[in-house]
Amino acid sequence: MFPFSFEWIWDMSHIIFMGGLWYALSILGAGMTFCIIKAILATANGKGGHHH
Amino acid sequence: MKQTGNSDKPKRFGMVIDLDKCTGCGACMVACMAENNVPFRKDESKKLVSITWLRVYRLTNGKPYPDAEVCYLPRPCQHCAGKHEGHSPCVSVCPATATDYDQQTGIVSQIYTRCFGCRYCMGACPYHARHFNWWDPVWPKGMEKYLNPDVSARMRGIVEKCNFCFQRYQKGLEKAHMEGRRELEENEYQTACTQACPAGAIIFGDLNNPQHQVHQIAKPNLKKGGRPQNPKAFRLLEELATNTKVYYLSSKQWVQDAIHKPDLLDQTEAQH
Amino acid sequence: MDSALIPKGVKRCPIWQFALGLGVVGAVLLWGVYAMFLCWFKGLNQTNMNDYYGFALWIWADLAVIALGGGAFFTGLLKYIIGKDDLKNIINYAVLIGFICYSSALLILAIDVGQPLRSWFIFWHANVHSMLTEVAFCLSCYFAVLTIEYIPLVLENRQLDKIPFVHNLTHTMHEHMAIFAATGAFLSFFHQGSLGGVAGVLFGRPFAYREHLFIWPWTFFLFTWSAAAYGPSFTLLVTRITEKITRKKLVKDTTIQLLAKISGWMMFTYITAKIIDTVYWATTTAPSLGFSLKDFYSNNPVYGYWILGAELILGGVIPALMLITPKIRSNRLLLTLATILAVMGVCLNRWVMVLQVMAVPVMSFDTWAMYYPSWQEVATTVLPVAYGIILIMISYRYLPIFPNEAELNPLEPETPVVAAADTEEAAEEGPEPGLTPAEA
Repeated sequence: MFPFSFEWIWDMSHIIFMGGLWYALSILGAGMTFCIIKAILATANGKGGHHH
Repeated sequence: MKQTGNSDKPKRFGMVIDLDKCTGCGACMVACMAENNVPFRKDESKKLVSITWLRVYRLTNGKPYPDAEVCYLPRPCQHCAGKHEGHSPCVSVCPATATDYDQQTGIVSQIYTRCFGCRYCMGACPYHARHFNWWDPVWPKGMEKYLNPDVSARMRGIVEKCNFCFQRYQKGLEKAHMEGRRELEENEYQTACTQACPAGAIIFGDLNNPQHQVHQIAKPNLKKGGRPQNPKAFRLLEELATNTKVYYLSSKQWVQDAIHKPDLLDQTEAQH
Repeated sequence: MDSALIPKGVKRCPIWQFALGLGVVGAVLLWGVYAMFLCWFKGLNQTNMNDYYGFALWIWADLAVIALGGGAFFTGLLKYIIGKDDLKNIINYAVLIGFICYSSALLILAIDVGQPLRSWFIFWHANVHSMLTEVAFCLSCYFAVLTIEYIPLVLENRQLDKIPFVHNLTHTMHEHMAIFAATGAFLSFFHQGSLGGVAGVLFGRPFAYREHLFIWPWTFFLFTWSAAAYGPSFTLLVTRITEKITRKKLVKDTTIQLLAKISGWMMFTYITAKIIDTVYWATTTAPSLGFSLKDFYSNNPVYGYWILGAELILGGVIPALMLITPKIRSNRLLLTLATILAVMGVCLNRWVMVLQVMAVPVMSFDTWAMYYPSWQEVATTVLPVAYGIILIMISYRYLPIFPNEAELNPLEPETPVVAAADTEEAAEEGPEPGLTPAEA
């Protein structure tokens, strides 16, 4: 699973496949972190709280 | 597949099974179960959930008396190599690398502690050589004392199959090492089924070693995916290019006709 | 009693009715939970699976539910990436249905594997060459995407939305939903495809095996395509069922027609490709492996040519033609019929690619294997359906799933009690001065 685990081989299959997994997880993680931080900042600036 | 191990010439352990000699007695099946701690239930009549690493099939020519003929065919795991050595149908599909093709011996192993029982390998195997532990093993009282200590018992929820009695290879290597040598004699590593057969129908050895009987009888042509050059010899499902290591001998034409499709072999040859 | 949780501008049934509904479905759910515990504690001998049927009802249910949940990724792709903005009226429901479908698939998988506590091995000891590994990776990531897409819907609950941070979080997530939708579409392409790849790479099973394009068998692309085509039809069908049960129109006609039209054309192109693939496989691939088409459809009690016709014609060509024809599509009853046929068609395709693969003998002296599920398998397959219904019930009641609902179902004007008081007061005052009785 990780490059430091004993089964890892630096071949194209591992790089593309596991790289793809980490890439997708990174985008999701970064995206959510970004949204949460932006929401915290917006709340700190006093926005939100009104309901429609 | 990353391979460690010695740099000796790789072996390809395989079998030749002479169907003319097989009487269908089933001693091979029993020996296999005893050697490998294969579990069994009180009622073994449901064959589809019965675990028999080696299974004997009964073939007939379909003709009425007096032309009726019967042939018994023992079918262990075929230890397929596939188109590229190591590309067995089952090995390539296992998601947890719980089954592995050993490049040094040609044996397809099963790692019981890693298998999580998805059964994809069972779907992939056209020979139905793989069995699932639908139940936990229950040994009759006292039997746990005479299980083979060299073979791990399996719990429910995992797949198991014939591994050419690999524990005997390891034991043979240990003995050879103690005696200061690296190579085994032909008779130092034999599977349980081979030794149990009263008719001597099963022969086991290294297909790559010209001194071993299996090589001399089957004469595998490695340039043509291991195809036997002996006209009496054939492999099951040759046309699927599974490149198995179990060669069958039969002098009866009806057996050969019933089992394989020789006219397709030219096509598969062209594809290689 | 729970009116504070109900979205503004819409009406919901009394809570006792809701609780009763939940209770009925809950009883079915409990039956499924009981069967699930039987399988976990007693083992898979509780099923009718055997060494010939390692893949059976559960794997079919997984494949079917994931194909049907394809409406989520495809509608998301159409709305957020391609820009079909009209689909905003149905995207929430598509996401909810997708969330239910994928969580169901993961639940069924947890029951299906022999050693569920070792499931993490598929990540830890991943075999990158196995199609099933790709399925597991992409499925897990995509379920994370669906969760991310469902969270804003939950946070839009009237009471939660009052909290400033929650409101802002929902807002930012909606703003950036395109990133998640794009990732979801990418992941879906691969896991829908690799589910097809699971069957297509089996070179030991000529019924399943297909020629490859690079490393992918043609079934890879056919499965992605069929999920994109049939998934929206399932979304439309579930929407229609929901409308029938709630006795309300929930989504604008223009949106329904748009999604139905797209689904129809996707189905049409898919079934064309599928028929070409079937013909090639029947005439070239299978014979090169020693099998004729007849070998796959005879000498057994169930699998005959009828199943091929049912999948391709009844479940493919007919609903496709119905949905691409405006006159038929605009008739709501015929549209619903088309979606029913479509759902049947994709379920049949998934059945064939799992169970018929297992049934067909390969060695010449082997026999056909037949199978029917045990009650435990049926119960554990019904379990996620019950869970899905409960989640839909709760989500529909408390979350603004349907943007058009208020507009399409305007609430009654102010109650007559107030008007009567006015009339009484007017009567006490007497007729307006200066007005004759005839004019009053």
